[in-house]
Amino acid sequence: MTKTRKKWIFFLGLAVVVALLPLVVKGGYYLLVLNIIAINGLVVLGLNLLIGFAGQISLGHAAFFGMGAYFSAIFTAMYNTPPWATLLVVMVFTALVAFLLGIPTLRLEGHYLVMATLGFNIILYILMVQMEYWTGGPSGFAGIPPLHLGSFPLQGDIHYYWLLWSILLAVFFLSLNLVDSRVGRALRAIHENELVANALGVNTELYKVIIFAISAAYASLAGSLYAHYLSFISPKTFDIFYSIEIVTMVVVGGIGNLWGGLLGAAVLTALPEVLHAMRDYALLLYGVILMGVLVFFPEGLLPGLVKLWSEWRAKKALVSE
Amino acid sequence: MIWSQLPQFFVSGLTSGSIYALIALGFGIIHNATGIVNFAQGEFVMLGAMTMISLTQVVGLPLLVAFPLAVLAVMAVGWLMEIGPIRRARSNNILILVMITVGASITMRETAMHIWGKTPRTLPPFSGEEPLVLGNAAILPQTLWILGITLLVVILLGFFFNRTMVGKAMRAVAENRRGAALIGIGVYRMTLLSFVLSGGIGAVAGIIVTPITTMSYSAGVMLALKGFAAAILGGYGSMKGAVLGGLLLGAMESFGAGFVSSAYKDAFAFLILLLVLFIRPAGLFGKEEIKRV
Repeated sequence: MTKTRKKWIFFLGLAVVVALLPLVVKGGYYLLVLNIIAINGLVVLGLNLLIGFAGQISLGHAAFFGMGAYFSAIFTAMYNTPPWATLLVVMVFTALVAFLLGIPTLRLEGHYLVMATLGFNIILYILMVQMEYWTGGPSGFAGIPPLHLGSFPLQGDIHYYWLLWSILLAVFFLSLNLVDSRVGRALRAIHENELVANALGVNTELYKVIIFAISAAYASLAGSLYAHYLSFISPKTFDIFYSIEIVTMVVVGGIGNLWGGLLGAAVLTALPEVLHAMRDYALLLYGVILMGVLVFFPEGLLPGLVKLWSEWRAKKALVSE
Repeated sequence: MIWSQLPQFFVSGLTSGSIYALIALGFGIIHNATGIVNFAQGEFVMLGAMTMISLTQVVGLPLLVAFPLAVLAVMAVGWLMEIGPIRRARSNNILILVMITVGASITMRETAMHIWGKTPRTLPPFSGEEPLVLGNAAILPQTLWILGITLLVVILLGFFFNRTMVGKAMRAVAENRRGAALIGIGVYRMTLLSFVLSGGIGAVAGIIVTPITTMSYSAGVMLALKGFAAAILGGYGSMKGAVLGGLLLGAMESFGAGFVSSAYKDAFAFLILLLVLFIRPAGLFGKEEIKRV
């Protein structure tokens, strides 16, 4: 079986699981968790492209996520602009901001993108808290209108389940294609050896900035959807802790492995919910588990598990011979 | 008139700037030895202060005894962190190691919450609360302690890195890890030492700042951010840059709060930082990294 065919079979399998899950999962709470996984999954997908292929970390994706959420909220709730069109315009605008932020910082080795995005995140967070007239300040922004499909309004968790997961699958499909396209090959070449890629005529700086802008656009899309879904947003969701969480999901899932990223998003979104029973000790366990996974599966959870599985199969084959 | 408050802004900028400088030094030492950005640096600061509070207020030790003991305790935490997760990690990918320090920082923060609770705590000033009035500025005695102790730490570090064999060995590792190993320097020992040293410096920063600002289990995050920003501002990895970057950031923040608005204090500091990054990305005192073919 060729690698591409295997990939599409896996993708189809994922789509079937997503389609069948609502038959098993009942109850608003579980659907809510699944929907948040889809939203985080979108942000992780974009960030994974950046970390995995440009080899640079952004600690500001919460800011891009927040730009999507707040611009969508402000324009649709205060000025009655059409939600879908607003979402698209905001996406383009956020990508543009990321592009401008990326031009001076991405051509440098080291921690400059980290710092620039971190600073950007902190500034945006302070603006969200302080510009009360526009954002509602620390108490948040309520009354964001729901999305419509045609004239059909989307209400409740199950409607948004279908919407969010369809969008995630579509973007996932696009990203898998992107990785195998000319752009993807260029990005992988950069990741393998930037110098060689450059010598072969790949404009490494431009590609890195473009992938950064695309990843910011994913985050903005997720933010807009988040705002319309929950109809309420507050600055706390968009602080740097969320940025760190998203990076963690990428690293735990497997850097540069889009499937792993999805797994990372699912596991780390659900983990605090599972640990909730431990009450005050939940975060402590989260920290310990995070360290444990990174120490023992540094290549990421999914690649790590795949390796264990193939080792086990090889051993079994050896025994039966 | 706001101009008459200028000296006051300067003093408070210098005070917080000293603390940022110490934290930036901690970042720099670990980065030079390993290339890691240590996200738990802020937790070292918090742990130092909290241990000091327990040693003086619960155990009842005098200041002069408790201070070195608290510093030693946090050095031990740095030591544990290096011989534990950092050394055991089955990867030498810097990104993975950085994320491990994120995990360590969450673990330390939450452990501290269980030991010391959620309410902020404070230490009494080292000597009196009567402010010295100098022209238009009132200077708390604790400010003098902060400036003095920061200066002492910087001088000692300068001596250590320039005059002692171990310090020179650490600088050699920072310059070229493989080359240092080739001439017989124990690279792993230097890595361990860098974590222990950073833990100690962080603890000192936490202990001396707590009488002014109070300390809570979650305060490490913002302190680490400021220290990191100071390190970048001065030029990441440069010791001189860390100190000057810290003082500059403190001053920018203080003047920003005074002249613009205190609500936008942090935004102002980070905005200037972004501008510096765009104009002179290597930081004010950093070396421009040249990629060699």
